[in-house]
Amino acid sequence: MKYALLLYGDEKIWASATEEQVEAHVRFTEMLTGRGAYLGGEELDFSSTAVTLRKGSGETLRTDGPYAETVEHLGGFYLVEAKDLDEAIEFATACPEEIVEIRPVVEYQG
Amino acid sequence: MSVTAAEQAYRDHWARLLALLTAELRDLDLAEEALQDAFAAAVAAWSPEPPGNPPAWLLTAARRRALDRLRHGALAARKLPLLIVDDPDPPSVIPDERLRLIFTCCHPALSMDARVALTLRCVGGLTTREIARMFLVSEATMAARITRAKKKIAQAGIPYRVPAGPELAERRDGVLATVYLIFTEGYAATGGDRLIRADLAAEAVALGRMLRELLPADPEVDGLLALMLCHHARRDARLGPSGELVRLPEQDRSRWHREEIREALSLLAAVPGREGRAPEHAEGGSGGDRFPGPYLLQAAIAAEHATAVRAQDTDWPAIARLYGELERLTGSAVVRLNRAVAVAEASGPEAGLELLGGLDRALGRHHLLHATRAEFLRRLGREREALDAYGRALEVVGTDPERTFLLSRRADLSVR
Repeated sequence: MKYALLLYGDEKIWASATEEQVEAHVRFTEMLTGRGAYLGGEELDFSSTAVTLRKGSGETLRTDGPYAETVEHLGGFYLVEAKDLDEAIEFATACPEEIVEIRPVVEYQG
Repeated sequence: MSVTAAEQAYRDHWARLLALLTAELRDLDLAEEALQDAFAAAVAAWSPEPPGNPPAWLLTAARRRALDRLRHGALAARKLPLLIVDDPDPPSVIPDERLRLIFTCCHPALSMDARVALTLRCVGGLTTREIARMFLVSEATMAARITRAKKKIAQAGIPYRVPAGPELAERRDGVLATVYLIFTEGYAATGGDRLIRADLAAEAVALGRMLRELLPADPEVDGLLALMLCHHARRDARLGPSGELVRLPEQDRSRWHREEIREALSLLAAVPGREGRAPEHAEGGSGGDRFPGPYLLQAAIAAEHATAVRAQDTDWPAIARLYGELERLTGSAVVRLNRAVAVAEASGPEAGLELLGGLDRALGRHHLLHATRAEFLRRLGREREALDAYGRALEVVGTDPERTFLLSRRADLSVR
């Protein structure tokens, strides 16, 4: 099954990320690749760079900033292949971030 | 009677058959529906004479039903190869897959509500209506809860397997917690007009027996069953004639179910190395099983109560020691509250009161903290403070009989 690991956290901490923290993600990616589980992943720029569109009732409302104003922001994601939720949890546990949301990816069979 | 034979088969084989079918079909929902159909068919087909091998008959019937259902659905082409049908020589021994079923129903990715409902439905074999009645919700609400949980298992990819290695101990704790939650909801209902739901507690005891059969030689599994038996044995003595709570010291001990207490004691006696209390060798063990674990300690405490001939014979110092042990292990505020009660009995209310300090942050919303404090203050002759504490307990109490009890205790005070 395909899972997205969504990384949430305090951007202030990411802004001052050390070499070591970055290195931890490189190692994590290598581990996933080694197990044939790595399907992709990206780091997102700060939420201050976000633009959010709200569409409805004919008018499109465009606002600066992320969809939700919270302390923890979505800062990046990994897309992994795992045989079941337990393996996805194992990957999420190894991921060097405080909060990791695991979401199964919906796969449509053709 | 054929209905009785089908009912008996349901009781004996439901979980085992459902577990096996789920493994074969890789679909808990489909397996459950097919098995349900098979039991419904058995009621008619087993008259006047039930088949020689009822579980094999049911398994074959359920497999056929599953195939029928799949044929009618668009998924048939994809799912067909998974099915084994029309086995000409059904096995006389049904392989036991129940542990897989239990671990899946109690997976930590499911909410506790969902785990409880799924376990009672799939493992306990209770109907949705029965579970709804036990938890005081409508049948539709409970059906939706179970459906959501089954959907989540499929969609989130919760595996159908028994965890292995270091994961096993942790996940086993989750299973034990689910069964114990079912028990405590029956033993001390958190809402409604009834204080005890013996039927629910009995289901939890049955689940505990099943776990013990499937996970033999696990002291915590033995401990959980012994603990539930000790409490459950007191069910008839815990309620007075009008459904009011009867506290432990006032209970008529001749109404305790002695055979259940004996069973609990033999379980505890069989656990190796339990003769000595407060085993020091448990300290500092990293990995592996902590010994004795929290359920075994709680069972030992319950056994102290269950073996006291009269209330005044209770060995309170021993109980206070066991609670101290348990508090060290769990760091739980509720355990500390119970320890305070034991210490008050062993060394006086002043010592108990002291142990309650600092619990308000964790247990301020729990009536038992305030009720306990009120009892200590009353015994110390500090009635005005006791009055206040009863008032706080009444603000947060959940069930009607407990409210009645607190009101009568407060009315007994000489101050107003």
